[in-house]
Amino acid sequence: MQQNNTTKDDLEIRSLDTMCVNESKLEHRWYHNLKYLLLGIFFGIVFTKAEVISWFRIQEMFRLQSFHMYGIIGSAIFVAMISIWLIKKFNIKTIYGEEIVFHKKEFNKGQIYGGLIFGFGWAVTGACPGPLFAQIGTGATAVVVTLLSAIAGTWVYGYFREKLPH
Amino acid sequence: MIEFLQQPWPWYVAGPLIGLTVPALLILGNKSFGISSSLRHICASCLPANIPFFKYNWRKEVWNLFFVFGIFVGGIITSVLLTGSDPVAVHPALAEELEGYGITDYNNLVPTQLMNWDALFTLRGLLMMVGGGFLVGFGTRYAGGCTSGHSIMGIANLQLPSLIATVCFMIGGFLMANVLLPIILSL
Repeated sequence: MQQNNTTKDDLEIRSLDTMCVNESKLEHRWYHNLKYLLLGIFFGIVFTKAEVISWFRIQEMFRLQSFHMYGIIGSAIFVAMISIWLIKKFNIKTIYGEEIVFHKKEFNKGQIYGGLIFGFGWAVTGACPGPLFAQIGTGATAVVVTLLSAIAGTWVYGYFREKLPH
Repeated sequence: MIEFLQQPWPWYVAGPLIGLTVPALLILGNKSFGISSSLRHICASCLPANIPFFKYNWRKEVWNLFFVFGIFVGGIITSVLLTGSDPVAVHPALAEELEGYGITDYNNLVPTQLMNWDALFTLRGLLMMVGGGFLVGFGTRYAGGCTSGHSIMGIANLQLPSLIATVCFMIGGFLMANVLLPIILSL
């Protein structure tokens, strides 16, 4: 029974945040994570080279002055969509032979309220969470403050979560 | 080749590469693409404070922290090895608008005249860096994801809630950039 409760809580949190619990049942030594480090490095280079992390590019996007960001987000979605379709169609497994699992996201009002709040922050800082890390890497050390504040924002959300409308 | 690497990359090169991160993460280990979760894992590992939302086995999610550390390293590599000396090109109308707020330096992707350590002690800098960062962290978690988790992974997996979240990201962004930000910038 105790076990059941934990699973239920887990699922409840997961419906709000599907990125929290990963699907892999496998346990690996820490160095297996190095492949994600490499992928992150590649990703950070693309982010920076394509100026996705540029405050100016974000401003251009929200002023409809440039197609650049729309092209990036749009083509990224398109390629990801085809990839997911292929994975499902051909039942492609992970490199460890595990079945790849997708799960449904449930709608809740948080996606509206939180979405608007994040949109405000995105346009002010010129960065979503990923670019924050890359911006610091390019030497804009003061962005550390923005990152710490984002961590604080996440913590405050966690603290008040039960009282917020979802 | 070197010359191509040093120029800013066009969207039709970068977008598909970013999109390929989704299957790469899935195939490498069943991981859903999503970056804002890293902020949650940092909270869970550093200051869980007995809050249910931060009580989970974050060690299982540590791949995400390796990934964002990689993004940071990618930023270093690009700025040290792969960056040309040209200033960032911006739309003339934007340049004109920003000049009105005293922003004239385009040598960095981040406007260093706005985001620097001294600016922290001005109202404008405080609102933009501390206030903006807080909204990013609070909003993404409230929405259950950010541009990576919802706009790319979620929409690509045909999740309606992710489309709704993305529309709200854009509405918030348009409002801020066009209505509120000019007020903040003129402080």
